[in-house]
Amino acid sequence: MKEILADIDNWQQAGKQVALATVVQVYGSAPRPLGAKLAVSEDGAMVGSVSGGCVESATVQEALEVLETGRPRLVSFGIADETAWEVGLACGGTIEVFIEPLNW
Amino acid sequence: MAELFDAAAQAIRKDELCAVVTVLSGDEIGRKLLVRREHMADGSAPAVETTGSLGDAALDQAAIARAIEVMEARRTTRVTLPVEDRECDLLIDVHVPQERLIIVGAVHIAIPLVSFARELGLYTVVIDARPIFATQDRFGHVDELIQSWPDEALQEMKLNESSYVVTLTHDEKLDTPALICALDHPVGYIGALGSKRTHAKRVTALREAGVSDEQISRIHAPIGLDLGGRSPEEIALAIMAEIVQVRNRVKEAGR
Repeated sequence: MKEILADIDNWQQAGKQVALATVVQVYGSAPRPLGAKLAVSEDGAMVGSVSGGCVESATVQEALEVLETGRPRLVSFGIADETAWEVGLACGGTIEVFIEPLNW
Repeated sequence: MAELFDAAAQAIRKDELCAVVTVLSGDEIGRKLLVRREHMADGSAPAVETTGSLGDAALDQAAIARAIEVMEARRTTRVTLPVEDRECDLLIDVHVPQERLIIVGAVHIAIPLVSFARELGLYTVVIDARPIFATQDRFGHVDELIQSWPDEALQEMKLNESSYVVTLTHDEKLDTPALICALDHPVGYIGALGSKRTHAKRVTALREAGVSDEQISRIHAPIGLDLGGRSPEEIALAIMAEIVQVRNRVKEAGR
């Protein structure tokens, strides 16, 4: 969390909405532990990470929707063995990510 | 708005141990509770301070109790807690402060000890009052090199559970006041270099200074796991191994 605070600050001071994605469940082996975070600004910039790179873009999409609806959501990403292999990960795990508007 | 986040961000910037509890499903999804545990300077029981609510007073109480356990274990945890006739799905997200190794005595063992600690991700500090020991030449790799009396330097450092203090000088004038100061704080590890005989003398000095036996028993001495080594590097490794063991809450047999 500490490492993403400065960017969040900058975005908020520029009047931008920010969404926060947090890994809340890890099944099997996954590249990032419980509590790993990715922050997304309303214009799609991101800082931090919830995986080794394989579900970041999908998370950004979800985060932008969350900013639009204003409602948090719990999303599950299966890092399928094949996909994982394609993006260079040997993990094949599943992660659950909680995505919320940073308005609390 | 943003009150809880601001409080959490402030605690994290100050590198305090704290936890943010979040409701992950149901009608109250996204509700938050911040739990902070402030240690008192006088060593009395830590005060728990909370901000926010999960939407139910009983659930808040249960969540605070769990959060304190989870903070103790220093591991972000997903939990399910009962609330009335349903269950509430929560994440207890812990911010663990940066671990620091504070070495009293810029002696030879301290040089490899700094290297091992840095490799393991610890912030390193070396304190020594003697200018010929505490030199940049010997300690170019340390995060902070402090040339001052150890107890005075320690007093300034806001020692907490993520602080590990080792004394390596063998010199009572330096080690004993430093140990008294470290024992006054809830530090995660205290170790003192020296033979059994040196330690026996040290215990007498600490008792004379009014330190209780219970407090004295927090000191790991002889310092380090018994790896059978003699070189400064091997001793440094034994010390680091012991700190890792304590940190990982592996119960030592017979302690």
